[in-house]
Amino acid sequence: MNTLPSTNALQQQAEASRYALLLDWGTRVGVVALFLSFAAYLTGLLPPHVPLEDLPGLWNLPVGEFLQRTDTPTGWGWLALAHKGDMANLIGIALLAGCSLAPLLGLIPLYLKRRDHAYATICCLVAAVVLLAASGVLTGGH
Amino acid sequence: MPRLTPASLMPVLKACVAWGWLFMLPDLAFAGDSAVPGSAMPWWFWPLALFVTCFLIGIVAVPAGIGGGTLFVPIIGGFFPFHLDFVRGAGLLVALASALAAGPFLLRGGLASLRLALPLALLACMSSIAGALLGLALPAAAIQTALGVIVLGIVVLMLVSKKSEFPHVPQPDRLSSALGIHGVFIDGASGRSIDWQVHRTPMGLVLFLAIGVMAGMFGIGAGWANVPALNLLMGAPLKVSAGTSGLVLSLVDSSAAWVYLNRGAVLPMIAVPSVVGMMLGARLGARLLHVLKASIIRRMVIALLLFAGIRALLKGLGIWA
Repeated sequence: MNTLPSTNALQQQAEASRYALLLDWGTRVGVVALFLSFAAYLTGLLPPHVPLEDLPGLWNLPVGEFLQRTDTPTGWGWLALAHKGDMANLIGIALLAGCSLAPLLGLIPLYLKRRDHAYATICCLVAAVVLLAASGVLTGGH
Repeated sequence: MPRLTPASLMPVLKACVAWGWLFMLPDLAFAGDSAVPGSAMPWWFWPLALFVTCFLIGIVAVPAGIGGGTLFVPIIGGFFPFHLDFVRGAGLLVALASALAAGPFLLRGGLASLRLALPLALLACMSSIAGALLGLALPAAAIQTALGVIVLGIVVLMLVSKKSEFPHVPQPDRLSSALGIHGVFIDGASGRSIDWQVHRTPMGLVLFLAIGVMAGMFGIGAGWANVPALNLLMGAPLKVSAGTSGLVLSLVDSSAAWVYLNRGAVLPMIAVPSVVGMMLGARLGARLLHVLKASIIRRMVIALLLFAGIRALLKGLGIWA
């Protein structure tokens, strides 16, 4: 472990800078994708899977009933419908939900280089948990 | 100290008037009509009302020192026609987007500590998935009732909890020493360099397990619980606690958001106007931070949360449907 406070501070700064850089770019890409896809959805450039006029009669339903009535897939099934305006928005949302992965993975080489195996393992585990959640295995929507 | 002037409050007042008009429209449209509110409105009405509401929530959330996600779910769940499943999915995205937007700034400013955040986030991420699965499995009325109880609990916490700018940590515990959880940050207000360390780490880890469950189940973010846990329990300085809380939230909400996304509980027409409105409102709120009187805004937000909490509780119990 680190013994000198100044060394520790410098190391933490390096970690923070790398994490911040990757998180910043991931978030920007996600937000831009979200804006563009929502604009395409609203303007009708990409026709939606669920017609806009039908939404007020559907968004008050529990999710299970909504999916059944609109024939919307669960898990990653939406990717097959990504050319539809509403489904295209899920690309930006998925990018935002997944943009912590790159910074987490980016920290691992830094920690390994200074033999901080505990934090390298923690980063791997957090990334694994996020990936597990993203996979859809736990939600039965794979 | 910047003074509160009528001119400085004009943007907020205008937004409030616009919001009021927006909500009067359905009442006028439904005068003498017994139909479900919202059913005869054009499809764009509620997303527009949602955008304006989130914009206003974003403005008040920053000076009130509370995450937008905490206000979002009880208010939107209580007063909009959307099902709570979609509101919670959108709530998580609102909290996630706010945390992601602030994360890089907080890290570069030394206000968020990765060494403190990562072990806590690991447990909270796991439990948030469990919370999200549980939340989507339980009946909406049960979630609504529990949400009411939690929101009223947040009100109590906001009223009674004390904050410690620089808590005294005489000795770090063994786990935090082994993990090297300590750091230095420069306090912008005083210009001082502050060395900090934490204690009671095992207890903090257990608490973050519970916080993760609540974040996933209710989609309300968890800054309201993270900051007291980091500051009062573990002894991290207040600013480091607030910054690190945002970092933990970005990971916890991301795990839970995937569950909602995979279950189909993220409806873009609800999620995107909410995220955009909140982000724009938060930017304005941050600019008005020096103009608005934080204590007044905080009292307003507590009153709003109290009302929304009572509404959620009564709605869940079927008393105020």
